[in-house]
Amino acid sequence: MPHRTAPPLRPLFQNGRRGARPHRASRSSHHARSRAQRKAVHVTDTILEMRDITKTFPGVKALQGVSIEVERGQVHAICGENGAGKSTLMKVLSGVYPAGSFEGEILLDGQPVKFSNINDSEEAGVVIIHQELALSPFLSIAENIFLGNERSKGGFIDWNKTNLAAAELLQRVGLKDNPITKIVDIGVGKQQLVEIAKALSKKVKLLILDEPTAALNDDDSAHLLELIRSLQAEGMTAIIISHKLNEIKAIADKVTIIRDGQTIETLDMHADDISENRIIRGMVGRDLSTRYPEHESTIGEELLRIEDWTVHHPLDGSREIIHQANLNVRAGEIVGIAGLMGAGRTELAMSVFGHSYGTGISGTVYKRGVPIKTNTVTAAIDNGIAYATEDRKRYGLNLLDDIKRNVSGSALGKLAKWGFVNGSEETTVARQFLKNMNIKAPTVNAVTGKLSGGNQQKVVLSKWMYADPDVLILDEPTRGIDVGAKYEIYTIINALADQGKGIIVISSELPELLGICDRIYTLSEGRITADVPRSEATPETLMQYMTQERETPVNERAQVRS
Amino acid sequence: MNALKSAASYLTGQLRQIGLFIALIVIVIFFQVTTGGITLAPINVSNLVVQNSYILILAIGMVMVIIAGHIDLSVGSVVAFTGAMAGVMITQWHVPWPIAVVLCLVIGALVGAWQGFWIAYFGIPAFIVTLAGMLAFRGAAQIALQNQQISPFPEGFRSLGSGFLPAFGSSGYEPLTMILGFAAAAILVVTAFRGRATRRKYQLEDEPFAWFMTKLVFTVALVMYVALLLASYNGTPIVLVILGVLVVVYSLVMRSAVFGRHIYAIGGNALAAQLSGVKTKRVTFLLFVNMGVISALAGVVFTGQLNLASPSAGNGFELDAIAAVFIGGAAVTGGIGTVPGAIVGGLIIGILNNGMSILGVGTEFQSLIKGLVLLAAVAFDVFNKRRAASARK
Repeated sequence: MPHRTAPPLRPLFQNGRRGARPHRASRSSHHARSRAQRKAVHVTDTILEMRDITKTFPGVKALQGVSIEVERGQVHAICGENGAGKSTLMKVLSGVYPAGSFEGEILLDGQPVKFSNINDSEEAGVVIIHQELALSPFLSIAENIFLGNERSKGGFIDWNKTNLAAAELLQRVGLKDNPITKIVDIGVGKQQLVEIAKALSKKVKLLILDEPTAALNDDDSAHLLELIRSLQAEGMTAIIISHKLNEIKAIADKVTIIRDGQTIETLDMHADDISENRIIRGMVGRDLSTRYPEHESTIGEELLRIEDWTVHHPLDGSREIIHQANLNVRAGEIVGIAGLMGAGRTELAMSVFGHSYGTGISGTVYKRGVPIKTNTVTAAIDNGIAYATEDRKRYGLNLLDDIKRNVSGSALGKLAKWGFVNGSEETTVARQFLKNMNIKAPTVNAVTGKLSGGNQQKVVLSKWMYADPDVLILDEPTRGIDVGAKYEIYTIINALADQGKGIIVISSELPELLGICDRIYTLSEGRITADVPRSEATPETLMQYMTQERETPVNERAQVRS
Repeated sequence: MNALKSAASYLTGQLRQIGLFIALIVIVIFFQVTTGGITLAPINVSNLVVQNSYILILAIGMVMVIIAGHIDLSVGSVVAFTGAMAGVMITQWHVPWPIAVVLCLVIGALVGAWQGFWIAYFGIPAFIVTLAGMLAFRGAAQIALQNQQISPFPEGFRSLGSGFLPAFGSSGYEPLTMILGFAAAAILVVTAFRGRATRRKYQLEDEPFAWFMTKLVFTVALVMYVALLLASYNGTPIVLVILGVLVVVYSLVMRSAVFGRHIYAIGGNALAAQLSGVKTKRVTFLLFVNMGVISALAGVVFTGQLNLASPSAGNGFELDAIAAVFIGGAAVTGGIGTVPGAIVGGLIIGILNNGMSILGVGTEFQSLIKGLVLLAAVAFDVFNKRRAASARK
């Protein structure tokens, strides 16, 4: 396909109704400016400009005046910590958050656009490929490529046309498989390529890739980056969101860093010699304020130790998710696990807790130096281990039921005699938690589905506190809850440590780990890369360990395994 | 004014329960009028209880299965199979009937264990496993009976389905039934007040006193009225006693036994239940064993009542039981439902069947009307949920 120049204006933007918008003045002034720029610098040509984007969710400002400018034919990377606002920005751009639900302006080819859904943005040539692939597993490659965009005649699909067109697209992305192959029968790397083929079928001019290599192995990643480069050579513009700084360094022309919902800076990867450290500094550079309660840990004997813990992917038994992890936690100690999305944090915790994740799990768990079995959730709980999930709605709570029954859920046996639960005692217990944890609900009979995120999290914590474990693994304990409730949760965590429990906190927020932990493990691609005491931990060092690549190259590892 | 407002908001919160009761009353009154008073005649009330007993028994097991997020399509065939085995054991092998009854329940448990194994440990959806069971156990019933009907059954066995508690007194109101009625009413009053007192102690009571009393007076009056009607006919049907015990025991199990609570937990969020240490597979397995035993009991009662073991017995019972459960307010997605709700749902279906039969409505229209009632009940549920959800926003 030849490189498309700016398409003719869509009639939508020519009618008078649109012209009446207050942005009119700024738009025309922008026109003048960009025309002037184009004259001055011939090579640059802005395809996309997002101006002063502010997106507010109830209680949270996810984006505050973010601006970004993408030049035609370039690969533009967006970097930032988890939760910095990258995905929100892309959702604003692709119309997932419709025009009007945010403030600010999007200009595509110099023209303001208002997308009210994904179809709008795709029609305008902006296609996003999400981290979780959106392919239908039991349909063929060709069917997936043209899903919702079928090659049909009179309501019936023209299979020859479909498969032929699919084959052409597959050739463009370098995939040799037959278009009638089912998605389940090809690997994740190839699926990613199918997604790109699907995007190409939509006459894409701006391709957005959200963490495209997160689930890929090294070879597939390399192939994907190569493909992006060749598409770029054909004139495609791409925005790539990635945590893998080496990839960004290899492929991006420019990098925009977002932190706490604000644009920090845009670096030109060609102009200066930008190091990975330079990017890291931009991503984490922020002060630790007094958002964390003061706490001095009294550390005692070792409670839990995990040795040589290796876990494989539940569906793909040859893929290692966790590789020979070693860690320990002592009484009264708060230990953090830091890692980027996809590093295997949750997988590590859930595989320890009752083998709830993964297959081919090997390694040993020691409790006070004695090896224990944790292969079922019951065994883990009986051995004094608790795991509070990062996804409380999906894994943590029965949202249909009330507070008291959720609180008693994991230790119902403590309230029961002859198999029957003592309802009064249950109520008493739940009322105590309601009061001590400051759960804001009228009574313990309130249905948990109606509580706010912070209060739901407190119910989950109450449940595990009532089970009275020795070691608590808290996965993203403050995700999606407001600052005030966060402080309360930190206080609770400190109190639990003071009771002599060992606490493991998994978090995407480095400041949080630095604010509350005594020691922080960093996890990168399933490997524990460092064990950093609080005194030595800085955001920069942690980020370095978190992005550290495997030391052994791929083929060498294969030899070791075989 | 404020009290009135809070009372009104409480009542709208209870719209589903109230609606169910009002529907039951409206249907009863409707048939009482249209049948010219036959519906509430003592003999008909007695028949109503006896003839619907097996559906109500099945509904108790079914509501538990549905709360857990599963379904059981095989219960009708299991009724036929266990009834057939009872016939074979009693009339061909000459097993004493009480032993045959126990063996039937054991067979039911084994049937449930078979299905529970595939569902819980093998991970096949209950819909498929019990659909297979529906076919297979129908076949097993036909094989056991060699496609013949077996009859008659001994007196004792028959009385399980159609007998009455021994009557005292020769005329007027039978005293034992009245005593049982009073006892049931007294227990209702005592437990209601005790429950209210505990809730007040924990400041959990949000039920307006007037509503509490209305409900209580209404239920007590209903119990006494039914007792009076039964007493003026043949007395207490034995199957009503069986049913009463089942309702009390299973209500208790579902409300406060660890097993029952685990069933709600699995239905509400199976992943969360498992990560809370609930042995989800074992609970699911036991749930189906229980359903098997309950189906066998229904099979025994039904066979005794007809005095006949037939290969076609229990055809369509699963659908009546499932309909009863959903009319009684259970959620298709699991996690929500109650034993008393399922019983009221079963009664609504039973009274519809009974009333329409008396009126001489053809089976085609009976089926049509039952279908519409089921749809209306669930539509009301969905509407209610949506209203509540939008009120929250």
